[in-house]
Amino acid sequence: MRSINRITSLFERKKENILSIYFTAGFPELSSTENIIAALQKSGADMLEIGIPFSDPIADGPVIQQSNKKAIENGMTLQLLFEQLKTIRSHVNIPIILMGYLNPVYQMGIENFLQKCTDIGIDGVIIPDLPAEIYKTQYQQAFHKHNIFNVFLITPKTKPERIKYLDGLSEGFLYLVSSSGTTGKDTIFHEEEYQRINDMKLNNPLLIGFGIHDRASYENACKHARGAIVGSAFIKALEKSSSPENISSFIHSLTTPILCN
Amino acid sequence: MNYKTDTNGYYGNFGGAYIPEMLFPNIEELKSVYYEMMHDPSFVKELDCLLNDFVGRPSPLYFSQKLSTKHKAKIFLKREDLNHTGAHKINNTLGQILLARRLGKTRIIAETGAGQHGVATATACALMDMTCVVYMGQTDIERQLPNVERMQLLGAKVVPVTSGSQTLKDATNEAIRDWINNADDTHYIIGSVVGPHPYPEIVAYFQSVISKEIKTQLNEKLGVASPDYVIACVGGGSNAAGAFYHFLDDTAVKLVAVEASGHGLQSGKSAATTALGRPGVLHGSKTILMQTEDGQVVEPHSVSAGLDYPGIGPLHAHLYETGRAQFLYVTDTEALDAGLALTRNEGIIPALESAHALAALDQIKFNSTDIVVLSLSGRGDKDMITYLDYFKKHKHEKH
Repeated sequence: MRSINRITSLFERKKENILSIYFTAGFPELSSTENIIAALQKSGADMLEIGIPFSDPIADGPVIQQSNKKAIENGMTLQLLFEQLKTIRSHVNIPIILMGYLNPVYQMGIENFLQKCTDIGIDGVIIPDLPAEIYKTQYQQAFHKHNIFNVFLITPKTKPERIKYLDGLSEGFLYLVSSSGTTGKDTIFHEEEYQRINDMKLNNPLLIGFGIHDRASYENACKHARGAIVGSAFIKALEKSSSPENISSFIHSLTTPILCN
Repeated sequence: MNYKTDTNGYYGNFGGAYIPEMLFPNIEELKSVYYEMMHDPSFVKELDCLLNDFVGRPSPLYFSQKLSTKHKAKIFLKREDLNHTGAHKINNTLGQILLARRLGKTRIIAETGAGQHGVATATACALMDMTCVVYMGQTDIERQLPNVERMQLLGAKVVPVTSGSQTLKDATNEAIRDWINNADDTHYIIGSVVGPHPYPEIVAYFQSVISKEIKTQLNEKLGVASPDYVIACVGGGSNAAGAFYHFLDDTAVKLVAVEASGHGLQSGKSAATTALGRPGVLHGSKTILMQTEDGQVVEPHSVSAGLDYPGIGPLHAHLYETGRAQFLYVTDTEALDAGLALTRNEGIIPALESAHALAALDQIKFNSTDIVVLSLSGRGDKDMITYLDYFKKHKHEKH
C-alpha cells in the first residue's frame, strides 16, 4: 500500500504558521547539505526545499543566483545530491521538496529522477520553468506513478480561471508568489489580492513565498495563508555561517513571537 | 516535413514555452496580439513603410565577381549590412516596437551580444518615444564599445551584466528577470529566434523580409525563382531564419547554417552548438544546448559576440535534426581571414558574424552554374578593434 505523502500529513497536522525553508544544495560548502537539513529540522522548520543548482536561474534574484553559482563551483550535481541524501530518512522526518530548473532534471530523465526521489523519500518537486500545460501532457503520469507531488506557483496577477486550473494540477499545496517578481525582492502585500484568492476556496492550501525575510513579513504571510517559504534571507544567513547555532538563531528570529513592542 | 510551429509552439521536437508562471499572462497577451496584428492590413502597411523609408529596404542583392571567380559559382551577397543601424536586426525591432505599442507597453528591454540588436532596439525606441533598457555582458561591452556608445547616444540605458561568462546568455537571463519584475509596463524585444513561443516565430516572421526580397531580386536579375544555396551564420539564428524562411519548403534550395567553432571544435573554446550540444531547455524553449552531463549550460566562446551563444533557435535545432539544413563550423581565425579578404577584395568590411558565413564558402564544392546567396548580415564597424589587432599581427603574412 502506498504511504501518505509527508506534505499531506503536515498540512493535516498543522493548521497555521507552517514554515518552509529553501536553501541551495552544495552551498556554502559541497558537504553542507546534510548538516543544514539536520539543523533546520532541529530548529523547528516544518518543511524543506532543497535547491538543485543551475547555471541560469532566471526566476531568481542575485542572492540565490550567487548561491547557485557557488554550489556549481563547489562541484554540486543532481547525481551527487541524490547520493548525499541517500540515508537522510534515517534521521529526518519532515517533508522534503526538491526545487530547481527543468534542464538538469530533463538531462537525468524524468523517470530516473522520480525513481531516485522515491528511493530516498523526497515528497515533492517544484520546477518553476515547467509550465502546467507541458507538465500535464508529458510529466503528470510519471509523477502520479511515483506519488511525488508537483507544486505549482501562482501570483496575485494570475487570473481566477488559471488559478483554478493550477489548483487542479498542483498537489500538496499551491505556492503563492507574494508579488510578481524574482526571488529576494521586498514583498508588497496587497490585502485585497490575497482576499480574492482565499475567497476562491481552493482545494490546495497556500504557502506564500518570495520576499519573506523577517518576522514581520513571515507573520503577515501567515495571516493570509497556511504559512510561508523563506529562501533568499536564509541563504544570506548561511553566507555568514552555516553552523547549527546560526541556523537555529535565524529560524527563531522568524518564529519567536513578539511579546511586547 | 513541416517547418512552421505547431499549435503548442514546437518546431518538430523543439520550441515550446518553458516559462515561469509569472510570465504566463505576458506570453498569452503577446500571442493573441501578434496573431491579430499580423493579419491587420494597417500594421503591415506601417511596417512596410518603415522598412522602406526608415531602414532603406529592399537591401541590395550584390553579385560578387571576385567571390564568384574564386569559388567557381554565381555568388550574391544579400546586403543587410546596408540597412539603417548596420545589420538585419532593425527588421525585427521595428516590427516588435509596433507590437509593443499595440500591447500598450511603454518600456522596452532587450539583450544584446554584439550590440547590433541593442542599437536597433535603441533606435526603434527613439523613434517611438519609449524608454529603453539594454542588458549587455561586461565582456561584450568591452569588445563592442562603439555600439555601447551608440545606444547611449540614442537614449538607451545600457546595463552591464557581470554574471556567468558576461556575454549574450547572461544578458538574456538578466533581461528575462527584468521582464518578470516589470511584467505590467514592459515589452521584451528578443533579438534572435530564441526564447519561449511565440518569440522564435515572431522574430523569424519579421526577418522573413530577407528571403522575400531575395526571391524577387533573383527573379529580376536572373529570371529564376530560387537559388541553389542560401548561406547564413547562426548564433541564435535570426538572419539565417529570415534568409531561409521562404525557401524552407523548397527542398531544391540547399540551406547552409554556419556556426562559430571559436578556437576549434575540440578546443573547449567554441560556440558550435549543433556539433557539441544535445537537447535541453534554456531561455524558455527546448533546443540544442551546449551543456555538461549534469545539465549546466557551458560558457561558449567566439571572437564574434553575436555568435557567442550556447544554444540555437528551436527552428534551427529542427532543421539540424531533420537534415533540412547543413551545418558548417568556422573558427575565429578563418572568419577573421574571410572578413579581411572581403574588405580588401570588395571594399566591404563585414561584421565578424557575417565573416563566418563567408569563410564557409571554402568548405563547399559548388557547380559552376550554382546560384549562391550569402546573407551579409551586418557591417564590421563595431569590430574595428578586433580586425585591426588581427591585421597588425598578421600583415606580414598573406594580406
